[in-house]
Amino acid sequence: MKTVVLMGNPNVGKSGIFSRLTGTRVITSNYAGTTVDVSRGKTRLADGPAAVIDAPGTYSLAPTNPAEEVAAEILGEADVVVNVVDSTNLERNLYLTLETLERGVPAAVALNLWDEAGHQGITIDVDRLEELLGVPVVPTVGLSGQGIRELVERLGEARPSATIQPMSEEERWVAVGQITGEVQKIAHRHHTLADRLAEASIRPTSGIFIALAVIAAAFLAVRWIGEGLISFVFEPLFDLYTPIVMRASELLGPGILHDILIGRLIGGEIDYVESMGLLTTGLFVPFAMILPYIVAFYLILSILEDTGYLPRLATLADTFFHRLGMHGYGIIPVFLGFGCNVPGALATRVLETKKQRFIAATLMSLAIPCMAQIAMVFGVLGPFGLQYVVMVFVSLAVVYVAAGLILNRVVPGECPEIFLEIPPYRAPDLRATATKTWMRVRGFVGEAIPYLFLGILVVNLLYSVGFLDLLAAAFAPVMETWLGLPAGAAVALLVGFLRKDLAVGMLVPLGMSPEQLVIAVTMLTIYFPCVATFVVLLRELGARGMLAAAGVMVTTALLVGGALRVILIGF
Amino acid sequence: MITMEKTLLDLEPGMQGIIARFAGNPGFVRKLRTIGIREGKNLTVVTRHPLGGPVVIEVDGREVTLGRGMAVRVVVDVAA
Repeated sequence: MKTVVLMGNPNVGKSGIFSRLTGTRVITSNYAGTTVDVSRGKTRLADGPAAVIDAPGTYSLAPTNPAEEVAAEILGEADVVVNVVDSTNLERNLYLTLETLERGVPAAVALNLWDEAGHQGITIDVDRLEELLGVPVVPTVGLSGQGIRELVERLGEARPSATIQPMSEEERWVAVGQITGEVQKIAHRHHTLADRLAEASIRPTSGIFIALAVIAAAFLAVRWIGEGLISFVFEPLFDLYTPIVMRASELLGPGILHDILIGRLIGGEIDYVESMGLLTTGLFVPFAMILPYIVAFYLILSILEDTGYLPRLATLADTFFHRLGMHGYGIIPVFLGFGCNVPGALATRVLETKKQRFIAATLMSLAIPCMAQIAMVFGVLGPFGLQYVVMVFVSLAVVYVAAGLILNRVVPGECPEIFLEIPPYRAPDLRATATKTWMRVRGFVGEAIPYLFLGILVVNLLYSVGFLDLLAAAFAPVMETWLGLPAGAAVALLVGFLRKDLAVGMLVPLGMSPEQLVIAVTMLTIYFPCVATFVVLLRELGARGMLAAAGVMVTTALLVGGALRVILIGF
Repeated sequence: MITMEKTLLDLEPGMQGIIARFAGNPGFVRKLRTIGIREGKNLTVVTRHPLGGPVVIEVDGREVTLGRGMAVRVVVDVAA
């Protein structure tokens, strides 16, 4: 089977073309030996089925970061290359085109965003460009699908370019200039109102207001969609399921198996949140409490990505994140981490150096509670008054900034500055958005849910053999003297390694004061990531990095817990 | 036209200039060129974020954000 590789600069609508070519049966996974995600799918060409690989966006084949290295390597797998070019920015895109053609691989060029180029008064002589490049050139619009069929048909004509020969970097720049000058005409264009509005979102003052509004709107939308999914989809499903588990409960009768599978019946009924059985809480929490918010979160994130807003957000955030040793893209793991820390940990890859990734991952694990945990914090502390919820989040914000300032000084390594292109605003491609959301949700189900499920199993087993009580007794002195918490809170902290949201719930029956709850909840966020995040971080940071990060986490948790105790309770 | 050389960091928002050269190693230069920041191109400063924040410029109708440490190594000809 032939392999078609899509190559192109970032932000040229490559993923739109990819989803047009492949439909929805797509697999996204790490490229072997790296942490870069690559999407693979299948399509049908004139001479039979073919594999399609969407290489990460790159400006050049002389790579400057891991994603670009992967792109250069994937080129080696190609039988045919589709070079996706941004028609509105031909000159810059042609550098990669020439580099690709110089490799002598059969290729075709897709002049994507063709409609947008028209609107901007840019005309390109397609036939002349085809002559100069020596490969088929097809105007396309990924959003509408225009030109995709012709692109597929003409892939049959793709062959190594006869006109482009290997050249030096300087010669390539000259060639880029010559070709552009010959085929492209630009009608002069005045700045429009839309341009001015777009610029307002990257200017310091207006930009920050817009950013706050966008973030607030995003979280409201996540909440609204998440709640909608819960009450109209997932809870009705569990209502259908309840009679089945009740029957199972009767059949099993009391005993250890019942405790593990069904859990405790509360008032003779199954309580999906508190029963703690594998088949009750173990299914309900991940699927009916967390997954709906994850779906909503990824949907909104994909829309934000596709509109081109995130680079603007990164630009605005840079002043702040630069001081913490990262740069503007440091906001992405934070933003994602609020959904689930697992993708947040993966998103630290947007930063270039080891030092930056270490800081981003450690700070996220310390101070960014995931959606599930946030929901539980509101649930547990909310009834005592909003001020207690605010105390938790203020403490976490202080931890994020203080730990960042310190880590930036003590962690060795480089902190490259922000450097990114701000793409024009574009309407999101619904197909690509849907595909991306689906792939991410599937990734979450695969990577995080097994651990969540396993977490409940392990907790149940440890609980029923009395191991947790033993540990609680061992940690009691630290809990009582240093943190001012009852010994039972130690169990919650231990469970927190497996399931942070459940652990928050376990604090309720201990009958603590709201001040004690604030301390316990804050500690729970800081001291360690949940096991799913831990596994991902171990992979991302390596054993040594993870050990260092864990040291930072435990130390910070004890310091912050002690400080809060003094502030809120006294000695 | 009489021109004088300035670094990109010296340009106030709204000012224009022509990119003259880069002060940095080949990797740095390639990074700038491949994103579209090239010698001879006309550049406009869109905004410069305060408190050591990044600079946003426009070249060929495209906006690029770059940190101040990079901006200071971009030499620009501006009308005197």
